[in-house]
Amino acid sequence: MIRRLLAVWHARNLEFLRDRGSLIFTLLLPLALVLGMSFVFGGPERALFKVAVLTDDLGSIEHPFMIERYVDFIASDDAAAAVRKVARHQIDLLLDTAADGSRYWVNPDSPKGYIVERMLLQADPAAKRQPVSGDAVRYVDWLLPGILGMNIMFSCLFGVGYVVLRYRKNGFLKRLHATPITAFEFLAAQVLSRLGLILVVTVILFVGTSYLIGLRSVGNPALLLLIATLGSLSLIALGLTIAARFSSDELVGGLLNTLTWPMMLLSGVWFSLEGSPEWVRAIAKVFPLTHMLDAARAVMLDGAGLAQVAPQLGYLAITTLVFLAFGAWSFRWRTD
Amino acid sequence: MSPLLEVRNLTKLYPRVTAVDGVSFSVEEGACFGLLGPNGAGKTTTIEIIEGILPPSAGEVLYRGEPLGRRFRAEAGILFQKTALQDFLTVRQTLTLFRGLYTQGYDIDELLELCSLQKLADRDHRKLSGGQQQRLLLAVALVNDPAILFLDEPTTGFDPQARRNFWRLIESVKARRRTIILTTHYMDEAQRLCDEIAIMDRGRIIAQGAPRELVSSHFADVLIELPRADFTPAARALPLRVIEGTERVEITTDDIDQTLKALMAVHVPLRNLRIRPPNLEDLFLELTGKELRP
Repeated sequence: MIRRLLAVWHARNLEFLRDRGSLIFTLLLPLALVLGMSFVFGGPERALFKVAVLTDDLGSIEHPFMIERYVDFIASDDAAAAVRKVARHQIDLLLDTAADGSRYWVNPDSPKGYIVERMLLQADPAAKRQPVSGDAVRYVDWLLPGILGMNIMFSCLFGVGYVVLRYRKNGFLKRLHATPITAFEFLAAQVLSRLGLILVVTVILFVGTSYLIGLRSVGNPALLLLIATLGSLSLIALGLTIAARFSSDELVGGLLNTLTWPMMLLSGVWFSLEGSPEWVRAIAKVFPLTHMLDAARAVMLDGAGLAQVAPQLGYLAITTLVFLAFGAWSFRWRTD
Repeated sequence: MSPLLEVRNLTKLYPRVTAVDGVSFSVEEGACFGLLGPNGAGKTTTIEIIEGILPPSAGEVLYRGEPLGRRFRAEAGILFQKTALQDFLTVRQTLTLFRGLYTQGYDIDELLELCSLQKLADRDHRKLSGGQQQRLLLAVALVNDPAILFLDEPTTGFDPQARRNFWRLIESVKARRRTIILTTHYMDEAQRLCDEIAIMDRGRIIAQGAPRELVSSHFADVLIELPRADFTPAARALPLRVIEGTERVEITTDDIDQTLKALMAVHVPLRNLRIRPPNLEDLFLELTGKELRP
């Protein structure tokens, strides 16, 4: 069994490495994205700013700043946690409307924080700025795990999905079916080949960007690798559930897009879902990418340990098994 | 001794057609069995059911007396009509991939030599010519030194030289007592390679036996061929068994003296007349009324 798996794994690796176009694309696209983002600095502009207000009940607060449009106000009753979110770019400004005069926290490194601060000082010139404790995190530090995660997602879903579809359409799967190999062995070889590739590319990108723009990562690199591994496995397995059966380019392309776009928008690649409606966050919680990014950011930005990211790792492991089981069950060697 | 392969009452129904309709036969170890028929007769469907690629609607296939299973997959070698291989691999790497799927078989170098691929070993398989491609696919089919080899129209589209080379290769496999199941619509191929043939039409076997016996059992006769232009209306009125082609007319007879006398009596010119023994092609025409070659 291992011998057959290795034969297919090796051949798939050779095929990929000789396909220069895909290889270069896999490496260059995310690198270009990270560099572009770091130059543009602010990332995609949104009119909406997020301001946390220290209170239990937003309705009870009266403050001249709170009539501003394009500002999303969020209630927060944990000052320490809210300050950390300011430092992590998850919220742009934290406001405390105490009776003896307003205080606020803003990340001096955040472009949006700068603008919201200006708006606040217009409405309430007496507000006092408070230092943000701990080191402030640059937007690019927050963004980078998202970009790497997005690259992993595309590589997993399209890289495996289309390859298996191509094998099925051109009849290579049919030829393999005439040999002693089993569906599980074949799928495992595809998963492992793609996983190895993704991990190598991600490590190169990680090291490359830390060298180029001084990446912040305070957590354990081995734990990060574990998160990337489980996240990739879950996403590859998700790709296989789609590639397992269908024979139509359009259908598979459509299904893959249907999966990747919501994940790209809602999994926290570009911006935090802090303060989004409950149902949006509930949807985001379904996506493996959300859990991978949550865990990766917790480790990279806050130095979280294995225990803190265990729920996310557990979710990724379980989804991997569920998707793989479904993929192997619905697998078809032939076009119908 | 039970036959190596036994096919019982195979049927394959598609929504609009019955592709295979109750096909049964058996093949002894070391024999070469040919499935013959025009395009669309159900040959490929039949062979793919036997290979375990397509599920039958009814019927069963027994290999060494057992339903198809692991043993069959390990011991069978298959050459499909169309096969895609993995991109970007050389001839040698392609063979290494497939060799890795089996526990027993040839060394890669032996295989390259057997199929005359030594000089092409390090070439990307997509840059091979048609005949070279087919030799590689045959090498893939032989990689496990199969006890039973399936060849689905192996020489379709070959030039005469390439066909002859390919036949020699198959004959060397036959010489090693390997069992071969072959589909073809070339009579000369079947006549040269097969010990036994089954003629298929519309999903059924309509005749079966050794090529020579099949022909002689259906024709005690000889064939007289005439150019169509020479076959006058008067000759047409004679009580003869006639098959009219576009260029030539064929008369089947068991009494050649009588027939020739009759033709001369109505002044049919005998200049371009030809007398020949019947072959498989004639048999097929006789059985189905159809030309075998498309």
